[in-house]
Amino acid sequence: MKNLHTELKESIIEQLNLEDMEPADIGNEEPLFGDGLGLDSIDALELIVLLEKDYGIKLTDPTQGKEIFVSIDRMATYIEENRTK
Amino acid sequence: MENKIYINGIGSISAQPGDVISWEAARLYHENIFPAISPNYKEFIKPMALRRMSQAIKMGITSAKIALNEAEIEIPEAIITGTGEGCKQDTEKFLENLLDQDEKLLTPTSFIQSTHNTIGGQIALNLGCKNYNVTYTQNSVSLETAFLDAQMQFSENPEINSVLVGGVDEISEKITSFRKLDGQLKPDPIKNTDLLKEDSTGTITSEGAHFFALSKEKKQNTYAEFQSVFMKNSIQPEKINDEIEAFLKINKLDLAAVDTVILGINGDNRYDHYYKNPQEKLFKNTTQLAYKHLIGDFDTASGYAVYLAANILKSGEIPEILKLNKLECSVPKTILIYNQYLGRDHSLILLSAV
Amino acid sequence: MNKAVAITGMGIISAIGNDTGENYRSLILGKHGISSPEILKTIHRDLPVGEIKISNETLAQDLNLPKNHSFTRAALLGAFAVSEAITQSKLKIDGGTGFISGTSVGGMDATETYFKEFTEGKAENSRFIRAQHPGFTTEIIAEHFGITGFVSTISTACSSGANAIMLGARMIKAGKLKRVIVGGTDCLTKFTLNGFNSLMILSDEHCKPFDENRNGLNLGEGAAYLVLEAEEELNVKPVLGRISGYGNANDAFHQTASSENGEGAFLAMQKAMKTAGISSEKIDYINAHGTATKNNDSAEAKALKRIFFKNSPDFSSTKAFTGHTLAAAGALEAVYSLLSIQHQEVFANLNFSDPMDSSGFIPVTQLKAKPIDHVLSNSFGFGGNCTSLIFSKNGE
Repeated sequence: MKNLHTELKESIIEQLNLEDMEPADIGNEEPLFGDGLGLDSIDALELIVLLEKDYGIKLTDPTQGKEIFVSIDRMATYIEENRTK
Repeated sequence: MENKIYINGIGSISAQPGDVISWEAARLYHENIFPAISPNYKEFIKPMALRRMSQAIKMGITSAKIALNEAEIEIPEAIITGTGEGCKQDTEKFLENLLDQDEKLLTPTSFIQSTHNTIGGQIALNLGCKNYNVTYTQNSVSLETAFLDAQMQFSENPEINSVLVGGVDEISEKITSFRKLDGQLKPDPIKNTDLLKEDSTGTITSEGAHFFALSKEKKQNTYAEFQSVFMKNSIQPEKINDEIEAFLKINKLDLAAVDTVILGINGDNRYDHYYKNPQEKLFKNTTQLAYKHLIGDFDTASGYAVYLAANILKSGEIPEILKLNKLECSVPKTILIYNQYLGRDHSLILLSAV
Repeated sequence: MNKAVAITGMGIISAIGNDTGENYRSLILGKHGISSPEILKTIHRDLPVGEIKISNETLAQDLNLPKNHSFTRAALLGAFAVSEAITQSKLKIDGGTGFISGTSVGGMDATETYFKEFTEGKAENSRFIRAQHPGFTTEIIAEHFGITGFVSTISTACSSGANAIMLGARMIKAGKLKRVIVGGTDCLTKFTLNGFNSLMILSDEHCKPFDENRNGLNLGEGAAYLVLEAEEELNVKPVLGRISGYGNANDAFHQTASSENGEGAFLAMQKAMKTAGISSEKIDYINAHGTATKNNDSAEAKALKRIFFKNSPDFSSTKAFTGHTLAAAGALEAVYSLLSIQHQEVFANLNFSDPMDSSGFIPVTQLKAKPIDHVLSNSFGFGGNCTSLIFSKNGE
């Protein structure tokens, strides 16, 4: 089975059209928003759908995303703890 | 006294290469739907912003920036956009997902970018321009309404020096192809350069963006003076000459003063007769030009006509490939553009040399 | 100085009534129009909307349309409202009469119904292919009333209707038109409902504008139009009110969200007061944009604070009555602003209980009678498009 971290990086690159990037370009602890990868609030909404589609995790409040989409590491931990598929 | 308005910068993206006057040969297409020639968008838009953008947004921002750069304008005092069909690619994407996924698990990006004002909003965002910003979407007079608004901006407010006006339309896979079903496109593929010889229904289509930096100041590299624009929703074919004459009268021009006319003939034998009357009567002795055999017909295709007119007035030369008749016009001083689509949304635009 | 532009007619259809009178009664009785979607066929039955409970068939009958007409719902609602406005103003329609309409998604209701058919190459309903594009909706309404001259559409998302009113007023002032019908129309569609839902800004409760615990907007549908006429056309016609100010600015901050300090909103209001030639103390009532999203209401309140300092005039959002009718919102609220002037009343902001921590502003929550000369109406949209209009009592 593919490592969850790599899987996440691949889906993020695809879902957010980060065309020129490779999974290896995203560090596990690199901040996804702001000075790191530079994602924005629209990306956050895309990631919320990604959580539901791929891992069966449904967020109802968009502000919850702020605590989860900190880095790939943080996302992976959250998914491991909450995934339903 | 009314201020004069000058075209000081133009950004043009269409299915034809940029340098129009020195063309050797036009780009040929054998499909009834063909795309624009894309510049390298990365030179104009940052990658993080570019990654989400559809063709319309990319074409819009890029041509807007080219026009502003050329006119040496950093922040225009108004951004006025015309688009007949808006951001079809994003609309189509969101709509298809919605229908295929039965309204479930939808992501917002394509919805956000589907609104017609996305292009104008993105230009404002890209420039950091907080000034007046409006988007018109009235079929084939979308760009013309934008010009009208721009002209009013100049006359209402003496402090206004520069206005950015443009028209953008993109093709999308499905929505554009629907035009085959309702007869807007020709049933069989033709060669674009044969369009004006066709005797059949429908036309050919493509996409493009034309932005114009308008200014009160005449500069060394000014293209032309933007004189006036007029639009009317429906006109009886036999009344079109009266409308043209009335428009010229308002602008205090004799018919003879118009030395070139650019017509929106699009090869649709159901509606091209609108151009016949002025061709055979009013402008019998005037140089007549056409352009839709080069770039196809779409709601803001008249932007290409303005681009051609401005270049002709600046250079004094008329490319052979545009000519409908053999009449020579030594140095064109005044050009009239007439356009309509499906017999509706008629427009007249008047430009003159500086 | 330019005289403010006269309004001689108005027409409206919304979730709180089929004409101006019904809308007014609902407003004074505090009767909202929010319900579950019934006419709109969607899986999101749990999302409250401001739906007009009249079918397309009934609307088409009322307008005497032939069976194979190509009016979309937005066109039906639009024609319905235009008809009332024309009747009230006894409008003369000729070459000098224009029509300017705001719409965000135009005939999207038809497109979402027939999209699959068209994809499969079925041409049976091909008369609706062009309906997707906003100009089609405007043109079909214009044609219905015999308007052949200046016809145009503005699509600046939720500020479209307000911008249409602004353009009409400018064209009258510039002498380009003698008479013009201006406003906006938008119907509920799966496209917009799902779009706003994907942005997670729809509330599953009745929306609470300017409340600390607001959690999103309710979508609505409707149409409203005003008749504007040049001074020399008026003769002895009654004037309902005047458009004295307008301002348009762009937030240039984000594709959908408003900047924290409401820069675009601030600039639009400032420009509107400048064109009207009045200072902020003259504003008696503000019909706010107040969508009840976290972001809009806090940004709008910030902008209000920057214009009016601590003493904001009476303000309310009427979106808890009608839902957010997108492109039509500015037009609906123009009618409400005129009703406010006509009856010298401020309409209530429903569902409010706790002021926002960030501003402490408290909207008017009960119908309030008071002298009203000038009303400011705000409309802000995606793409940073912000427009403010000022309506004034005739003679002020």
